[in-house]
Amino acid sequence: MRAAAIGKTFTMAETHSLQDLQQPAVSSKVFVQRDYSSGTISKFQTKFPSELESRLDKQQFEETIQTLNNLYAEAEKLGAESYLEGCLACLTAYTIFLCMETHYEKVLKKIARYIKDQNEKIYAPRGLLLTDPIERGLRVVEITIFEDRSIGSGR
Amino acid sequence: MSHMDQYQQHHPGQYNQVCTAHSSAGTEPCWPGQRTRSPRRKWQLFPGRNRFYCDGRLMMARQAGVFYLTLGLILLTTGLFFTFDCPFLASNLSPAIPAVGGVLFVFVMGMLFRASFTDPGVLPRATPDEAADLERQIESSGCSRPPPRTREVLINGQTVKLKYCFTCKIFRPPRASHCSLCDNCVERFDHHCPWVGNCVGRRNYRFFYLFIVSLSFLTVFILAFVITHLIIRSNRTGFLSALKDSPARYPFTLAVCFFSVWSIVGLSGFHTYLISSNQTTNEDIKGSWSTKRGKENSNPYSYGNIQTNCCAALCGPLPPRSVTQLTPAGPNTVHVLAFDPLRFGFTLQLCKRTKDLYVTKLRPAVITHVSCVSRQELPYSTGEALRQFGLPLAV
Repeated sequence: MRAAAIGKTFTMAETHSLQDLQQPAVSSKVFVQRDYSSGTISKFQTKFPSELESRLDKQQFEETIQTLNNLYAEAEKLGAESYLEGCLACLTAYTIFLCMETHYEKVLKKIARYIKDQNEKIYAPRGLLLTDPIERGLRVVEITIFEDRSIGSGR
Repeated sequence: MSHMDQYQQHHPGQYNQVCTAHSSAGTEPCWPGQRTRSPRRKWQLFPGRNRFYCDGRLMMARQAGVFYLTLGLILLTTGLFFTFDCPFLASNLSPAIPAVGGVLFVFVMGMLFRASFTDPGVLPRATPDEAADLERQIESSGCSRPPPRTREVLINGQTVKLKYCFTCKIFRPPRASHCSLCDNCVERFDHHCPWVGNCVGRRNYRFFYLFIVSLSFLTVFILAFVITHLIIRSNRTGFLSALKDSPARYPFTLAVCFFSVWSIVGLSGFHTYLISSNQTTNEDIKGSWSTKRGKENSNPYSYGNIQTNCCAALCGPLPPRSVTQLTPAGPNTVHVLAFDPLRFGFTLQLCKRTKDLYVTKLRPAVITHVSCVSRQELPYSTGEALRQFGLPLAV
Protein backbone atom coordinates (compact mmCIF):
# COMPACT_ATOMS: atom_id res chain seq x y z
CA MET A 1 0.00 0.00 0.00
CA ARG A 2 2.65 2.39 1.00
CA ALA A 3 4.79 1.53 -1.94
CA ALA A 4 2.20 3.00 -4.27
CA ALA A 5 2.77 6.44 -2.81
CA ILE A 6 6.48 6.31 -3.35
CA GLY A 7 7.67 8.30 -6.28
CA LYS A 8 4.18 9.29 -7.29
CA THR A 9 4.15 12.63 -8.97
CA PHE A 10 1.11 14.78 -8.49
CA THR A 11 -0.25 16.73 -11.37
CA MET A 12 -2.82 19.44 -11.66
CA ALA A 13 -5.70 17.06 -11.85
CA GLU A 14 -4.83 15.03 -8.86
CA THR A 15 -6.32 16.54 -5.84
CA HIS A 16 -7.89 15.30 -2.83
CA SER A 17 -11.01 14.33 -1.17
CA LEU A 18 -12.22 13.91 2.30
CA GLN A 19 -15.04 11.53 1.82
CA ASP A 20 -12.67 8.67 1.31
CA LEU A 21 -11.09 9.17 4.68
CA GLN A 22 -14.28 10.02 6.53
CA GLN A 23 -12.97 13.14 8.16
CA PRO A 24 -15.36 15.96 9.03
CA ALA A 25 -14.76 19.09 7.02
CA VAL A 26 -13.82 22.22 8.85
CA SER A 27 -16.25 24.93 7.93
CA SER A 28 -14.73 27.78 9.92
CA LYS A 29 -12.95 28.68 13.12
CA VAL A 30 -13.94 31.12 15.80
CA PHE A 31 -11.33 32.74 18.01
CA VAL A 32 -12.29 33.89 21.47
CA GLN A 33 -9.78 36.57 22.38
CA ARG A 34 -8.25 37.47 25.71
CA ASP A 35 -9.86 39.91 28.06
CA TYR A 36 -7.14 42.24 29.35
CA SER A 37 -9.35 44.53 31.37
CA SER A 38 -8.07 43.05 34.64
CA GLY A 39 -4.44 43.19 33.67
CA THR A 40 -2.18 40.48 32.37
CA ILE A 41 -3.94 37.58 34.10
CA SER A 42 -5.26 34.86 31.81
CA LYS A 43 -8.88 35.63 31.16
CA PHE A 44 -10.99 35.17 28.04
CA GLN A 45 -13.84 37.28 26.74
CA THR A 46 -17.25 35.88 27.50
CA LYS A 47 -18.90 37.66 24.59
CA PHE A 48 -20.86 35.10 22.59
CA PRO A 49 -19.57 34.89 18.98
CA SER A 50 -22.27 35.28 16.37
CA GLU A 51 -21.05 32.33 14.30
CA LEU A 52 -22.02 29.92 17.06
CA GLU A 53 -25.57 31.17 17.39
CA SER A 54 -27.01 28.35 15.38
CA ARG A 55 -25.12 25.65 17.21
CA LEU A 56 -24.78 26.51 20.84
CA ASP A 57 -26.61 28.11 23.74
CA LYS A 58 -25.28 31.38 24.99
CA GLN A 59 -25.35 30.16 28.58
CA GLN A 60 -23.36 27.04 27.85
CA PHE A 61 -20.70 28.99 26.08
CA GLU A 62 -20.48 31.57 28.84
CA GLU A 63 -20.35 28.85 31.45
CA THR A 64 -17.48 27.11 29.68
CA ILE A 65 -15.47 30.30 29.32
CA GLN A 66 -16.20 31.43 32.86
CA THR A 67 -15.07 28.08 34.26
CA LEU A 68 -11.89 28.31 32.22
CA ASN A 69 -11.30 31.83 33.53
CA ASN A 70 -11.79 30.65 37.08
CA LEU A 71 -9.38 27.76 36.58
CA TYR A 72 -6.72 30.05 35.15
CA ALA A 73 -7.24 32.46 38.03
CA GLU A 74 -6.67 29.56 40.40
CA ALA A 75 -3.45 28.67 38.59
CA GLU A 76 -2.10 32.19 38.73
CA LYS A 77 -3.33 33.06 42.19
CA LEU A 78 -0.85 34.84 44.43
CA GLY A 79 -1.21 33.46 47.89
CA ALA A 80 0.56 31.71 50.68
CA GLU A 81 0.69 28.46 48.74
CA SER A 82 2.39 29.93 45.70
CA TYR A 83 4.81 31.94 47.80
CA LEU A 84 5.73 28.85 49.76
CA GLU A 85 6.29 26.92 46.58
CA GLY A 86 8.41 29.73 45.18
CA CYS A 87 10.59 30.06 48.25
CA LEU A 88 11.06 26.32 48.58
CA ALA A 89 12.02 26.12 44.94
CA CYS A 90 14.52 28.95 45.31
CA LEU A 91 16.12 27.34 48.34
CA THR A 92 16.59 24.07 46.50
CA ALA A 93 17.95 25.98 43.46
CA TYR A 94 14.81 24.96 41.54
CA THR A 95 15.87 21.33 41.52
CA ILE A 96 12.71 20.42 43.38
CA PHE A 97 10.79 20.68 40.12
CA LEU A 98 12.58 17.61 38.88
CA CYS A 99 10.49 15.55 41.27
CA MET A 100 7.29 17.49 41.65
CA GLU A 101 5.25 19.56 39.27
CA THR A 102 4.29 23.15 39.88
CA HIS A 103 0.83 24.21 41.01
CA TYR A 104 0.32 25.84 37.61
CA GLU A 105 1.03 22.58 35.80
CA LYS A 106 -1.41 20.73 38.04
CA VAL A 107 -4.16 23.21 37.23
CA LEU A 108 -3.31 23.04 33.52
CA LYS A 109 -3.91 19.29 33.64
CA LYS A 110 -7.23 19.98 35.31
CA ILE A 111 -8.06 22.41 32.53
CA ALA A 112 -7.12 19.87 29.87
CA ARG A 113 -9.44 17.32 31.48
CA TYR A 114 -12.23 19.88 31.68
CA ILE A 115 -11.88 20.80 28.02
CA LYS A 116 -11.88 17.15 27.00
CA ASP A 117 -14.97 16.61 29.09
CA GLN A 118 -16.74 19.62 27.59
CA ASN A 119 -15.81 18.51 24.09
CA GLU A 120 -17.23 15.06 24.65
CA LYS A 121 -20.44 16.13 26.35
CA ILE A 122 -21.42 19.42 24.77
CA TYR A 123 -19.32 20.47 21.82
CA ALA A 124 -18.72 17.36 19.79
CA PRO A 125 -22.43 16.43 19.54
CA ARG A 126 -22.96 19.88 18.02
CA GLY A 127 -20.11 19.57 15.55
CA LEU A 128 -17.76 21.88 17.45
CA LEU A 129 -14.32 21.43 18.92
CA LEU A 130 -12.61 23.40 21.63
CA THR A 131 -8.83 23.69 21.39
CA ASP A 132 -6.95 23.96 24.65
CA PRO A 133 -5.68 27.58 24.83
CA ILE A 134 -2.25 26.44 25.99
CA GLU A 135 -1.66 25.15 22.47
CA ARG A 136 -2.02 28.73 21.27
CA GLY A 137 0.08 30.29 24.01
CA LEU A 138 -2.97 31.25 26.09
CA ARG A 139 -3.85 33.82 23.46
CA VAL A 140 -7.14 32.51 22.12
CA VAL A 141 -9.72 29.81 22.65
CA GLU A 142 -10.06 28.31 19.21
CA ILE A 143 -13.43 26.79 18.42
CA THR A 144 -13.52 24.76 15.22
CA ILE A 145 -16.88 24.53 13.50
CA PHE A 146 -17.32 21.40 11.44
CA GLU A 147 -19.64 21.13 8.51
CA ASP A 148 -22.99 19.79 9.43
CA ARG A 149 -22.85 16.67 7.26
CA SER A 150 -22.13 13.33 8.82
CA ILE A 151 -21.52 13.11 12.50
CA GLY A 152 -17.85 13.53 13.17
CA SER A 153 -16.29 13.02 16.51
CA GLY A 154 -14.36 16.01 17.68
CA ARG A 155 -11.17 14.11 18.35
CA MET B 1 7.89 30.56 -0.37
CA SER B 2 7.89 33.65 -2.55
CA HIS B 3 6.90 31.88 -5.74
CA MET B 4 3.92 30.48 -3.93
CA ASP B 5 2.92 33.89 -2.70
CA GLN B 6 3.08 35.18 -6.25
CA TYR B 7 1.02 32.27 -7.41
CA GLN B 8 -1.52 32.95 -4.71
CA GLN B 9 -1.81 36.54 -5.80
CA HIS B 10 -2.76 35.51 -9.30
CA HIS B 11 -5.27 32.97 -8.11
CA PRO B 12 -6.54 34.31 -4.83
CA GLY B 13 -8.58 32.08 -2.62
CA GLN B 14 -8.19 29.07 -4.82
CA TYR B 15 -5.22 27.47 -3.29
CA ASN B 16 -4.26 26.94 0.25
CA GLN B 17 -0.85 27.60 1.56
CA VAL B 18 1.67 24.86 1.72
CA CYS B 19 2.98 24.45 5.20
CA THR B 20 6.20 22.63 5.13
CA ALA B 21 8.11 21.79 8.22
CA HIS B 22 10.82 24.37 8.14
CA SER B 23 12.92 24.63 11.20
CA SER B 24 15.18 27.64 11.36
CA ALA B 25 17.53 25.81 13.66
CA GLY B 26 19.27 24.63 10.59
CA THR B 27 19.13 20.94 11.24
CA GLU B 28 16.19 20.25 8.97
CA PRO B 29 16.31 16.94 7.14
CA CYS B 30 16.29 17.51 3.43
CA TRP B 31 16.18 14.17 1.72
CA PRO B 32 14.65 10.95 2.76
CA GLY B 33 17.13 8.31 3.62
CA GLN B 34 19.44 10.75 5.35
CA ARG B 35 20.27 10.24 8.98
CA THR B 36 17.62 12.49 10.41
CA ARG B 37 15.30 12.61 13.35
CA SER B 38 11.58 12.58 12.72
CA PRO B 39 10.71 16.26 13.28
CA ARG B 40 7.42 15.85 15.04
CA ARG B 41 8.36 18.14 17.93
CA LYS B 42 7.01 21.65 18.03
CA TRP B 43 10.39 23.17 18.71
CA GLN B 44 11.69 21.80 15.45
CA LEU B 45 9.04 23.77 13.62
CA PHE B 46 9.83 26.89 15.61
CA PRO B 47 10.01 29.93 13.39
CA GLY B 48 12.06 32.19 15.65
CA ARG B 49 15.80 32.62 15.78
CA ASN B 50 16.61 30.39 18.71
CA ARG B 51 18.77 27.40 19.37
CA PHE B 52 17.44 24.33 21.10
CA TYR B 53 19.33 21.71 23.04
CA CYS B 54 18.40 18.46 24.75
CA ASP B 55 15.40 17.76 22.56
CA GLY B 56 13.83 21.15 23.07
CA ARG B 57 14.23 21.36 26.82
CA LEU B 58 16.87 24.09 26.70
CA MET B 59 16.40 27.25 24.69
CA MET B 60 18.82 30.07 23.92
CA ALA B 61 19.26 32.97 21.56
CA ARG B 62 21.23 32.43 18.40
CA GLN B 63 24.19 34.64 19.30
CA ALA B 64 25.72 32.99 22.34
CA GLY B 65 29.25 34.39 22.17
CA VAL B 66 28.92 36.79 25.05
CA PHE B 67 27.35 34.07 27.18
CA TYR B 68 30.53 32.02 26.88
CA LEU B 69 32.49 35.10 27.88
CA THR B 70 30.34 35.49 31.00
CA LEU B 71 30.82 31.81 31.80
CA GLY B 72 34.54 32.03 31.23
CA LEU B 73 35.01 35.09 33.41
CA ILE B 74 33.04 33.61 36.30
CA LEU B 75 34.80 30.25 36.10
CA LEU B 76 38.24 31.77 35.77
CA THR B 77 37.88 34.27 38.58
CA THR B 78 36.34 31.74 40.96
CA GLY B 79 38.84 29.13 39.91
CA LEU B 80 41.76 31.41 40.67
CA PHE B 81 40.18 32.32 43.99
CA PHE B 82 39.76 28.71 45.06
CA THR B 83 43.19 27.67 43.89
CA PHE B 84 45.29 30.44 45.34
CA ASP B 85 43.40 32.16 48.11
CA CYS B 86 41.26 29.51 49.71
CA PRO B 87 43.99 27.23 51.06
CA PHE B 88 45.57 30.17 52.84
CA LEU B 89 42.29 31.58 54.09
CA ALA B 90 40.95 28.21 55.19
CA SER B 91 43.97 27.50 57.28
CA ASN B 92 44.55 30.98 58.63
CA LEU B 93 41.08 32.35 59.07
CA SER B 94 38.29 29.85 58.80
CA PRO B 95 37.28 26.88 56.63
CA ALA B 96 33.85 28.44 56.35
CA ILE B 97 35.20 30.87 53.78
CA PRO B 98 35.70 28.38 50.94
CA ALA B 99 32.46 26.68 51.96
CA VAL B 100 30.42 29.86 51.66
CA GLY B 101 32.26 30.71 48.47
CA GLY B 102 31.44 27.30 47.10
CA VAL B 103 27.75 27.60 47.88
CA LEU B 104 27.62 31.06 46.32
CA PHE B 105 29.40 29.83 43.22
CA VAL B 106 27.04 26.88 42.76
CA PHE B 107 24.04 29.16 43.20
CA VAL B 108 25.41 31.67 40.69
CA MET B 109 26.02 28.98 38.08
CA GLY B 110 22.63 27.43 38.68
CA MET B 111 20.85 30.73 38.22
CA LEU B 112 22.93 31.58 35.16
CA PHE B 113 21.99 28.33 33.47
CA ARG B 114 18.36 28.69 34.36
CA ALA B 115 18.27 32.26 33.07
CA SER B 116 20.07 31.28 29.89
CA PHE B 117 18.26 28.10 29.03
CA THR B 118 14.71 28.79 30.14
CA ASP B 119 12.11 29.80 27.61
CA PRO B 120 11.51 33.47 28.54
CA GLY B 121 7.81 33.25 27.73
CA VAL B 122 7.80 33.23 23.95
CA LEU B 123 4.38 33.69 22.41
CA PRO B 124 3.67 31.23 19.64
CA ARG B 125 2.91 32.83 16.31
CA ALA B 126 -0.61 32.89 15.04
CA THR B 127 -1.82 29.90 13.07
CA PRO B 128 -2.82 30.78 9.48
CA ASP B 129 -6.52 30.61 10.41
CA GLU B 130 -6.05 32.90 13.35
CA ALA B 131 -4.03 35.38 11.30
CA ALA B 132 -6.69 35.42 8.59
CA ASP B 133 -9.42 35.96 11.16
CA LEU B 134 -7.54 38.90 12.67
CA GLU B 135 -6.95 40.40 9.23
CA ARG B 136 -10.65 40.22 8.53
CA GLN B 137 -11.42 41.94 11.81
CA ILE B 138 -8.87 44.67 11.15
CA GLU B 139 -10.13 45.26 7.61
CA SER B 140 -13.72 45.45 8.71
CA SER B 141 -13.10 47.76 11.64
CA GLY B 142 -11.77 50.92 10.08
CA CYS B 143 -12.73 52.80 6.94
CA SER B 144 -9.44 54.65 6.74
CA ARG B 145 -6.74 53.13 4.60
CA PRO B 146 -4.51 51.63 5.93
CA PRO B 147 -6.68 50.40 8.79
CA PRO B 148 -5.32 51.04 12.28
CA ARG B 149 -3.54 48.14 13.81
CA THR B 150 -3.90 48.96 17.47
CA ARG B 151 -6.38 48.00 20.10
CA GLU B 152 -7.03 49.92 23.26
CA VAL B 153 -7.70 48.26 26.57
CA LEU B 154 -8.59 49.80 29.88
CA ILE B 155 -6.56 48.22 32.64
CA ASN B 156 -7.08 49.46 36.18
CA GLY B 157 -8.05 52.87 34.90
CA GLN B 158 -5.12 53.22 32.49
CA THR B 159 -5.54 53.09 28.75
CA VAL B 160 -3.06 50.63 27.31
CA LYS B 161 -2.49 50.32 23.57
CA LEU B 162 -2.03 46.83 22.19
CA LYS B 163 0.08 46.84 19.06
CA TYR B 164 -0.13 44.42 16.17
CA CYS B 165 3.02 42.41 15.52
CA PHE B 166 3.58 41.95 11.79
CA THR B 167 6.00 39.09 12.26
CA CYS B 168 3.95 37.02 14.66
CA LYS B 169 0.61 38.20 13.25
CA ILE B 170 -0.95 38.74 16.65
CA PHE B 171 -1.99 41.63 18.80
CA ARG B 172 0.65 41.69 21.49
CA PRO B 173 -0.67 41.23 25.02
CA PRO B 174 0.11 44.08 27.41
CA ARG B 175 3.75 44.16 28.49
CA ALA B 176 4.79 41.86 25.68
CA SER B 177 7.33 43.03 23.14
CA HIS B 178 8.97 41.67 20.05
CA CYS B 179 12.66 40.92 20.36
CA SER B 180 14.35 41.64 17.06
CA LEU B 181 17.38 39.54 17.93
CA CYS B 182 15.41 36.40 18.66
CA ASP B 183 12.55 37.29 16.31
CA ASN B 184 9.92 36.35 18.89
CA CYS B 185 7.26 38.11 20.86
CA VAL B 186 8.05 37.62 24.53
CA GLU B 187 5.62 38.03 27.40
CA ARG B 188 6.48 40.66 29.97
CA PHE B 189 9.56 41.48 27.93
CA ASP B 190 12.30 42.99 30.05
CA HIS B 191 15.29 43.13 27.75
CA HIS B 192 17.53 40.90 25.66
CA CYS B 193 20.60 40.15 27.71
CA PRO B 194 23.65 39.17 25.64
CA TRP B 195 25.58 38.24 28.78
CA VAL B 196 23.03 35.59 29.53
CA GLY B 197 22.49 34.74 25.89
CA ASN B 198 18.71 34.94 26.03
CA CYS B 199 15.78 37.28 26.34
CA VAL B 200 14.66 38.09 29.86
CA GLY B 201 10.91 37.77 30.09
CA ARG B 202 8.12 36.51 32.24
CA ARG B 203 9.43 33.00 32.81
CA ASN B 204 13.08 33.69 33.52
CA TYR B 205 13.10 37.14 35.09
CA ARG B 206 13.44 35.80 38.61
CA PHE B 207 16.39 33.61 37.59
CA PHE B 208 18.05 36.59 35.96
CA TYR B 209 17.50 38.72 39.04
CA LEU B 210 18.78 36.03 41.41
CA PHE B 211 21.74 35.56 39.12
CA ILE B 212 22.81 39.20 39.24
CA VAL B 213 22.17 39.46 42.97
CA SER B 214 24.13 36.33 43.80
CA LEU B 215 26.86 37.35 41.36
CA SER B 216 27.19 40.69 43.16
CA PHE B 217 27.58 38.84 46.44
CA LEU B 218 30.11 36.49 44.89
CA THR B 219 32.14 39.31 43.36
CA VAL B 220 32.16 41.31 46.58
CA PHE B 221 33.03 38.15 48.49
CA ILE B 222 35.96 37.32 46.22
CA LEU B 223 37.20 40.89 46.12
CA ALA B 224 37.03 41.20 49.89
CA PHE B 225 38.88 37.99 50.57
CA VAL B 226 41.53 38.46 47.93
CA ILE B 227 42.31 41.82 49.48
CA THR B 228 42.22 40.27 52.97
CA HIS B 229 44.64 37.60 51.81
CA LEU B 230 46.95 40.22 50.39
CA ILE B 231 46.81 42.31 53.54
CA ILE B 232 47.52 39.38 55.84
CA ARG B 233 50.43 38.29 53.69
CA SER B 234 51.76 41.83 53.54
CA ASN B 235 51.63 42.09 57.31
CA ARG B 236 53.74 39.00 57.60
CA THR B 237 56.19 39.21 54.78
CA GLY B 238 55.86 42.65 53.29
CA PHE B 239 53.77 43.83 50.41
CA LEU B 240 56.09 43.09 47.49
CA SER B 241 56.91 39.55 48.50
CA ALA B 242 53.22 38.89 49.05
CA LEU B 243 52.60 39.91 45.49
CA LYS B 244 55.35 37.67 44.24
CA ASP B 245 53.43 34.50 45.15
CA SER B 246 51.30 34.58 42.07
CA PRO B 247 51.76 38.00 40.55
CA ALA B 248 50.00 37.45 37.26
CA ARG B 249 46.57 36.84 38.61
CA TYR B 250 46.19 39.91 40.79
CA PRO B 251 45.66 42.44 38.02
CA PHE B 252 43.15 40.12 36.36
CA THR B 253 41.18 39.22 39.47
CA LEU B 254 41.18 42.67 40.92
CA ALA B 255 40.23 44.31 37.65
CA VAL B 256 37.41 41.88 36.96
CA CYS B 257 36.08 42.14 40.48
CA PHE B 258 36.37 45.88 40.64
CA PHE B 259 34.50 46.53 37.39
CA SER B 260 31.98 43.80 38.17
CA VAL B 261 31.21 45.22 41.54
CA TRP B 262 30.36 48.59 40.11
CA SER B 263 28.35 47.33 37.15
CA ILE B 264 26.66 44.26 38.62
CA VAL B 265 25.85 45.76 41.99
CA GLY B 266 24.46 48.75 40.17
CA LEU B 267 22.40 46.52 37.91
CA SER B 268 21.08 44.58 40.92
CA GLY B 269 20.05 47.82 42.53
CA PHE B 270 18.29 48.93 39.35
CA HIS B 271 16.40 45.68 39.03
CA THR B 272 15.46 45.75 42.70
CA TYR B 273 13.86 49.11 42.04
CA LEU B 274 12.09 47.71 38.97
CA ILE B 275 10.76 44.74 40.90
CA SER B 276 9.50 46.84 43.77
CA SER B 277 7.59 49.08 41.38
CA ASN B 278 6.56 46.19 39.10
CA GLN B 279 8.00 47.63 35.92
CA THR B 280 10.06 46.11 33.17
CA THR B 281 13.31 47.58 31.84
CA ASN B 282 11.46 48.18 28.59
CA GLU B 283 8.76 50.23 30.32
CA ASP B 284 11.23 52.13 32.44
CA ILE B 285 13.36 53.13 29.48
CA LYS B 286 10.33 54.28 27.52
CA GLY B 287 8.96 56.05 30.57
CA SER B 288 5.58 54.39 30.03
CA TRP B 289 4.35 54.91 33.57
CA SER B 290 6.31 57.93 34.62
CA THR B 291 4.40 60.89 35.97
CA LYS B 292 6.25 63.12 33.54
CA ARG B 293 3.84 61.97 30.87
CA GLY B 294 0.84 63.15 32.74
CA LYS B 295 -0.50 63.50 36.23
CA GLU B 296 -2.91 60.63 35.75
CA ASN B 297 -0.22 58.28 34.54
CA SER B 298 0.51 55.41 36.88
CA ASN B 299 1.50 51.80 36.62
CA PRO B 300 -1.64 49.69 36.25
CA TYR B 301 0.18 46.46 36.99
CA SER B 302 1.61 47.45 40.34
CA TYR B 303 -0.05 45.85 43.35
CA GLY B 304 0.32 49.00 45.39
CA ASN B 305 2.92 47.97 47.93
CA ILE B 306 6.52 46.87 47.63
CA GLN B 307 6.16 43.52 49.40
CA THR B 308 3.45 42.25 47.08
CA ASN B 309 5.32 43.45 44.02
CA CYS B 310 8.49 41.67 45.12
CA CYS B 311 6.70 38.49 46.09
CA ALA B 312 4.77 38.43 42.84
CA ALA B 313 7.91 38.85 40.76
CA LEU B 314 10.07 36.39 42.63
CA CYS B 315 7.79 33.85 44.23
CA GLY B 316 4.71 33.99 42.05
CA PRO B 317 3.54 30.98 40.06
CA LEU B 318 5.68 30.12 37.06
CA PRO B 319 3.70 29.63 33.86
CA PRO B 320 4.72 26.74 31.63
CA ARG B 321 6.15 27.02 28.15
CA SER B 322 3.67 27.61 25.40
CA VAL B 323 5.79 27.05 22.38
CA THR B 324 8.26 24.36 23.04
CA GLN B 325 5.97 21.69 24.39
CA LEU B 326 7.62 18.36 23.96
CA THR B 327 4.47 16.61 22.85
CA PRO B 328 4.25 15.99 19.14
CA ALA B 329 2.75 18.85 17.19
CA GLY B 330 -0.86 17.74 16.87
CA PRO B 331 -2.45 15.57 14.25
CA ASN B 332 -0.45 16.01 11.11
CA THR B 333 -2.57 17.22 8.29
CA VAL B 334 -0.91 17.48 4.94
CA HIS B 335 -1.18 20.39 2.54
CA VAL B 336 -1.01 19.20 -0.99
CA LEU B 337 -1.19 22.04 -3.42
CA ALA B 338 -2.41 21.43 -6.88
CA PHE B 339 -0.49 23.58 -9.20
CA ASP B 340 1.21 23.61 -12.50
CA PRO B 341 3.29 20.48 -12.52
CA LEU B 342 5.70 21.85 -15.09
CA ARG B 343 6.78 24.51 -12.70
CA PHE B 344 5.84 23.21 -9.31
CA GLY B 345 5.42 19.50 -9.61
CA PHE B 346 6.29 17.71 -6.46
CA THR B 347 6.60 14.20 -5.27
CA LEU B 348 5.55 12.37 -2.18
CA GLN B 349 8.23 10.09 -0.97
CA LEU B 350 8.38 7.76 1.92
CA CYS B 351 11.49 7.61 4.01
CA LYS B 352 11.83 3.96 4.84
CA ARG B 353 13.91 4.58 7.91
CA THR B 354 11.88 7.20 9.74
CA LYS B 355 8.59 6.32 8.07
CA ASP B 356 7.88 9.93 7.32
CA LEU B 357 6.26 11.18 4.18
CA TYR B 358 8.40 13.78 2.51
CA VAL B 359 7.59 16.33 -0.09
CA THR B 360 10.52 16.41 -2.41
CA LYS B 361 11.41 18.38 -5.46
CA LEU B 362 9.34 21.41 -4.62
CA ARG B 363 10.90 22.09 -1.31
CA PRO B 364 12.19 19.10 0.53
CA ALA B 365 10.53 18.93 3.87
CA VAL B 366 8.37 16.70 5.98
CA ILE B 367 4.71 17.07 5.27
CA THR B 368 2.90 18.57 8.17
CA HIS B 369 -0.35 19.70 6.61
CA VAL B 370 -2.56 18.52 3.82
CA SER B 371 -5.42 20.59 2.71
CA CYS B 372 -7.83 19.88 -0.05
CA VAL B 373 -8.21 22.32 -2.83
CA SER B 374 -10.89 20.59 -4.77
CA ARG B 375 -13.36 17.85 -4.30
CA GLN B 376 -11.91 15.51 -6.87
CA GLU B 377 -11.15 12.07 -5.73
CA LEU B 378 -7.74 11.32 -4.39
CA PRO B 379 -6.08 8.35 -5.99
CA TYR B 380 -6.93 5.46 -3.71
CA SER B 381 -3.35 4.44 -3.17
CA THR B 382 -2.25 7.84 -1.96
CA GLY B 383 -5.29 8.21 0.23
CA GLU B 384 -4.57 4.84 1.74
CA ALA B 385 -0.94 5.75 2.29
CA LEU B 386 -1.89 8.98 3.98
CA ARG B 387 -4.44 7.25 6.14
CA GLN B 388 -1.94 4.70 7.26
CA PHE B 389 0.17 7.51 8.58
CA GLY B 390 -2.81 8.86 10.42
CA LEU B 391 -2.75 11.97 8.31
CA PRO B 392 -6.27 13.26 7.94
CA LEU B 393 -7.22 15.54 5.12
CA ALA B 394 -8.93 18.78 5.88
CA VAL B 395 -10.25 21.57 3.75
